[in-house]
Amino acid sequence: MSDPTEERDRRLDGNAAAGVLAEVMTMDPTTAMLTCAHCHSRTALGAHLVYADAPAMVLRCPGCMQVVMRCASDDSGRRLEMTGVQLLSAPPVG
Amino acid sequence: MSLVSRGFHRRSSTTTTDRLPPGQYDVGDHFPVLSAGPTPRTPPTAWDFSVRGVVDAPRTWTSEEFRQLPREAISVDIHCVTKWSKFGTRWEGVAVDTLLADVGTQGAHLQAFSDGGYTTNLQLQDVTNGRAWVVDTYDGAPLAPEHGGPARLLVPHLYFWKSAKWVRGLELTRANEPGFWETFGYHDRGDPWLEQRYSGD
Repeated sequence: MSDPTEERDRRLDGNAAAGVLAEVMTMDPTTAMLTCAHCHSRTALGAHLVYADAPAMVLRCPGCMQVVMRCASDDSGRRLEMTGVQLLSAPPVG
Repeated sequence: MSLVSRGFHRRSSTTTTDRLPPGQYDVGDHFPVLSAGPTPRTPPTAWDFSVRGVVDAPRTWTSEEFRQLPREAISVDIHCVTKWSKFGTRWEGVAVDTLLADVGTQGAHLQAFSDGGYTTNLQLQDVTNGRAWVVDTYDGAPLAPEHGGPARLLVPHLYFWKSAKWVRGLELTRANEPGFWETFGYHDRGDPWLEQRYSGD
């Protein structure tokens, strides 16, 4: 494993994030709030505008119409691109 | 399909099969509209077209200047990555060769850019030597906004996401810079006959 820091006592490897990531990535999307990276407005996922007939689903911010997220799940795999999302948040687990 | 119905096919069905890349189906008279965002409504008179980036002489044509350029009529089959193909589509427009003739470039790549923010990357050799056009007419009428009007790129030998709707110009680049769908796992080149749908195909 590469380690550019030489501070081996200061950090863990990526597997240590797997548990939290699993909790985050299995969130109920309908409860999620998204902060747009373009206009910084904070909007519920359900209030976004989805263009679904393109090669993948494209979610746009209802405030500025910029792309916040693209997602697909098909024979070629699962893909999620969210450079247009500054923050994705949801209520606590359980 | 049963052997019986095969006998009723026109002789041209063999030709049609030959024209259909792997994994595609013939959509017939239908012309699906796939959209990743709202349809830009640039008035044709306000539209212009630019060639910029790694070029010796950047150029912009107003819509009026563009209409004065040598025009070509094109009849081609088109193939969408979502698996529909449409045969014998008729377009009119200006060859990319014409648009690049006087600008001079050191670049081997380009990005087409469009109203609404869409981009797609292409190799220079895929849009020159009579392989690509900027078209403003479909089936004898001005190109409708939902199909990319006032003008779209037409690169019929690649999947149709490369034929950028609402195109406003070409940016020549030295390095390959993936565009909207290419950064989402779609193939960098998109040859339908090689079924280059996704990165790695």
